[in-house]
Amino acid sequence: MRYAAQRLLQAVPVFFATTFLIYAMVFALPGDPILALAGDKPISDETLHTLRERYHLNDPLIVQYGLYMFGLLRGDLGQSFTGQQVSDMLAGRWEVTAQLALTAWVLELAVGVLLGVVAALRRGGIADTAVLAGTTFVIAVPVFVVGYAAQIVLGLNLGLFPTAGTEQGWPGSYLLPGMVLASFSLAYVARLTRTSLAENLRADYVRTATAKGMRRRRVIGRHALRNSLIPVVTFLGVDFGNLMAGAVVTEGIFNLPGIGQQVFQSIQLQEGPVVVGAVTVLVMIFIAVNLVVDLLYGVLDPRIARA
Amino acid sequence: MLDLGTAAQAPAPAARGSLWWDAWYELRRRVVFWLSAAILLIAVAMALFPGPFAALGGPQRGCDLRMSKRPPQEGALFGYDLQGCDYWSQIVHGARASILIGLAVTIFALLIAIVLGLLGGYFGGWADALISRITDVFFGIPFVLGATVILVAFPGHGVWAMTLVLVVLGWTTMTRLMRAQVIAVRGMDFVAAARMLGASHLRIMVKHILPNAIAPVFVLAMLNVGNVIAGEATLDYLGVGLQYPEVSWGLQLNAARSFFTEHPHLLIFPSLFLTATVLGFLMLGDVARDALDPRLH
Repeated sequence: MRYAAQRLLQAVPVFFATTFLIYAMVFALPGDPILALAGDKPISDETLHTLRERYHLNDPLIVQYGLYMFGLLRGDLGQSFTGQQVSDMLAGRWEVTAQLALTAWVLELAVGVLLGVVAALRRGGIADTAVLAGTTFVIAVPVFVVGYAAQIVLGLNLGLFPTAGTEQGWPGSYLLPGMVLASFSLAYVARLTRTSLAENLRADYVRTATAKGMRRRRVIGRHALRNSLIPVVTFLGVDFGNLMAGAVVTEGIFNLPGIGQQVFQSIQLQEGPVVVGAVTVLVMIFIAVNLVVDLLYGVLDPRIARA
Repeated sequence: MLDLGTAAQAPAPAARGSLWWDAWYELRRRVVFWLSAAILLIAVAMALFPGPFAALGGPQRGCDLRMSKRPPQEGALFGYDLQGCDYWSQIVHGARASILIGLAVTIFALLIAIVLGLLGGYFGGWADALISRITDVFFGIPFVLGATVILVAFPGHGVWAMTLVLVVLGWTTMTRLMRAQVIAVRGMDFVAAARMLGASHLRIMVKHILPNAIAPVFVLAMLNVGNVIAGEATLDYLGVGLQYPEVSWGLQLNAARSFFTEHPHLLIFPSLFLTATVLGFLMLGDVARDALDPRLH
């Protein structure tokens, strides 16, 4: 319980510092957003002044940030410079990114752990070598190359999946992008599971369980695998946030209208409020998931909570 | 009787029987090590001396727009790029940016990790708490989006600005590992012995803890070079990294993306070089990990 409270208290300053850092970076973007909005049209000083007042652009950065956080408490992500509510702009997009990230996450968990277990049980064998070589290769290929290759071969040439868009809904339109997004972490999960399980299979408690006459399936499932999955759970937790935020490239290749696409366009259009809104929510998700994983970690390995 | 003379000579930097000597002994028997070493040697040579490598593809003529996007053919091993330049030569010249950024980012991040990890892990208390929270803050910034925000805020950035951005977003993982390693070593008997003999904090940290804590961090650093190169290429590809007059694999892939269905060679060749280089660093890190892990000996 003390451990839980301590972790929660630590997360609070981290949240404020991270969001402030992002806020400061975004509003350091060059150029005056109001002037950029006006484009070629002449804009009177009064209008300029009113608009700058309305978006608090004349206040010091820390005051702007304070006002923003105060709004966030009431669930208000602010307004974009074109006058739309940021939360409305992002509304439909969360679903796309969440479906994509979740698809990737489930693939990672299921396929990654399975490959890792197979490799660890046949350590040094053909399956192990194949998994090791395959995962090293997948980690080395940049995600956009994987994306294009999958799109051309599996989508265009073989016609197994739609190549772009969300027309088919879940799962049809999300399977291929999900695989691409998952590829890097999936390989990592497989390797992590392999190393961890192989190490635990040599542990004394596994030998004891085997010596007691326990069936191999039960020794592995109940004893070795359970302990081996602790680092894997940690990684999968951290990775969910990464998948949500890192989907920009995959969303671009497969033309999925998700959060990443919106943020990327907004950065280039100098739409500071939209960028800050989306990234703040992403950071919140990231910190929350990490907190849950840390607490879960304390349950899985009681030594950590007591330390 | 104990011969003090020879005992004093024994500890050389890579003495026979030390962890690093054992690792080298292990490494030189591995095929993967020699394979990755060969790949990296070629890649580094390309980055240092692009001229001679480019000349291997045949005599250098200027770019000719009429040859734009032509596939591989006689006199042009890899075909031509968008501007009708010899693609082989372009790709050879692209090696420098990737490798320079990959190595520079990793060296700076490693230095930060060593200093902060030693300070936090050794002293504990408020220094550790502060360093850990700062690490958490930077760890929480999403890589692609964070880098895009910084890079758009400071346009006109070259290789060194890219390096800075990638260091700012990429020092956290190594720092966390370094700290954990220092904490594990801090409680060992030889550290207590050094302290009882009156060694200063700095001496204990540098002479006793660092050599015993660095091995896993070093392995992570090697893997990190590969990841940084891939990350840099991703930012170039998205159009927010290096800009046109620079030559890099990421930029070539960025230019290829609208044409790759009809002209696959534009996508394939830079990807091949990029992947081989990243693979080289990852394989090196992998075999080094196996070699440096005493439990496997």
